[in-house]
Amino acid sequence: MMIFDRCIKLAGGKRFFKHFLAICCLLMPVALSAGENLEEESEFDAAAMIMHHIGDSYEYSILSFTNGRGEKIKVSLPLPVIIWHKGQLKVFMSSSFKGGDELVPIGDDYLRLYHEKVYLTDASGAINHDESQSVLNAQPINLSITKNVASMMLSCLIMLAIFIPAARRYSRKGALVAPKGAQSIVEPIVLFVRDDIIRAQIDKDKADRFTPFLLTIFLFILINNILGLIPFFPGGANASGNISFTLTLAAFTFILTNISGSKHYWKDVFVVPGTPLPIKLLLVPIEFIGLFTKPFALMLRLFANITAGHIIVLSLISIIFVMKTIFVAPVSVFLSIMIYCLEFLVSFLQAYIFTLLSSLFIGLAVNEHH
Amino acid sequence: MGILTPDPGLVFWTSLSFITLLLIMKRYAWKPILRSLKLREERITFSLRDAELAREEMVKMEETRRQMMEKARLERDGLIREARALKDEIVQEAKLAAQNEASKIMEKAREQINRERKAAIADIRNQVGLLSLDIAEKILREEMHSAEKQQSVMEKYLKNVEFN
Repeated sequence: MMIFDRCIKLAGGKRFFKHFLAICCLLMPVALSAGENLEEESEFDAAAMIMHHIGDSYEYSILSFTNGRGEKIKVSLPLPVIIWHKGQLKVFMSSSFKGGDELVPIGDDYLRLYHEKVYLTDASGAINHDESQSVLNAQPINLSITKNVASMMLSCLIMLAIFIPAARRYSRKGALVAPKGAQSIVEPIVLFVRDDIIRAQIDKDKADRFTPFLLTIFLFILINNILGLIPFFPGGANASGNISFTLTLAAFTFILTNISGSKHYWKDVFVVPGTPLPIKLLLVPIEFIGLFTKPFALMLRLFANITAGHIIVLSLISIIFVMKTIFVAPVSVFLSIMIYCLEFLVSFLQAYIFTLLSSLFIGLAVNEHH
Repeated sequence: MGILTPDPGLVFWTSLSFITLLLIMKRYAWKPILRSLKLREERITFSLRDAELAREEMVKMEETRRQMMEKARLERDGLIREARALKDEIVQEAKLAAQNEASKIMEKAREQINRERKAAIADIRNQVGLLSLDIAEKILREEMHSAEKQQSVMEKYLKNVEFN
């Protein structure tokens, strides 16, 4: 409190600071009650909370609060669980797990939701651990629509909803009418990706072949990044910060790069013309490993950037609960707003970098030597 | 590390979503959009080239016009000069003709006057002659009224006559 008094004195007549403090004070009661509840509960585990938030989930949390009688109420959207086990396909809603309390029978075995993962158990629902606390139970083939999958599908729908009407306008009105509505968003994006990313990296006569793939990957990543930044219901999933997501997209780039690689490209990798033999012996393995490190870097970069952003925001908010004081809330909120702005930039930046590097790799593989 | 382990289910759904999205977008979004943009770019390129050509044409036409104007101006000046010369000539000629005509008329008039005068003089002479005769007759009659008078006159005349 002393610090704040001093701050106000230092700020003097600066209105902005006063307003900021006033807003923070308005937020206090909410946060305070949250703090009180936490004191009643067990110790707040920030790491677990953060991991839970950046990880996947079988239900879509919408709201959770404690009502007047002190009961915890969780409002969430159950998502379909799809399990393939011993030639048997079972589809049910995740609400059947009752948050992990109930077992769902499949054939002779049972399924149990344990720490956001589905394991096969016996009728008692026992989960066995080894010495390092990792679960020994087997996992079935799991094609569930998890929170990340749902968010990803939503992003697909958003993309279709924006781009198809715009494209229809192009086919209906032709190219010579001034862009209108969705077209005015679509056109700069398409032109930017096509001219400044793709054509800048890939020879012009070959660029058009890769344009649909790279445009789709750019927008898919971008929309998923932005959806991940929305903190409440339809957003909040960390799809583009999930390693599986980035792995898949990097794999697509890898496959596309290598199936369209020119003779020259493969010669550069396996023969390395114009170098003496000892250097060749050194370079060929490096070049070969390079084939895999490129998409690997793509995968990690996107994953790490998006996940790190989410971790920072969650950590800053966690400070309030870890320190169990409301007075740190203005600092936390202010800093997380700053990080949010940064993350918004990063959403675009990472989509751009992923697409740029993908087209760079494709360009290296298909371009004629200059 | 839980977050670093890829989840096969999510990999499957990501692949499926992405491939489906790619196919739909390629067919229904990118194809019309990219085609239209290309069309527009070509159209713009052509239009710019056409505009450039038109501009050159304009410059050429302007040059032609200027030359034609210049030629017309010279021609006009020539015509004016010629016309002025012609006018002077005509005026000169007309003056000369008028002078000639005038002098001819004057000549004729003079001749006429001379003739008239001569005729008038001849007439007056005749008239005077006749009058003189009349007067002389009358005077003679008066004078020669008496015999003595006739006698004195005869004598006088006879006196004058010298008989040589």
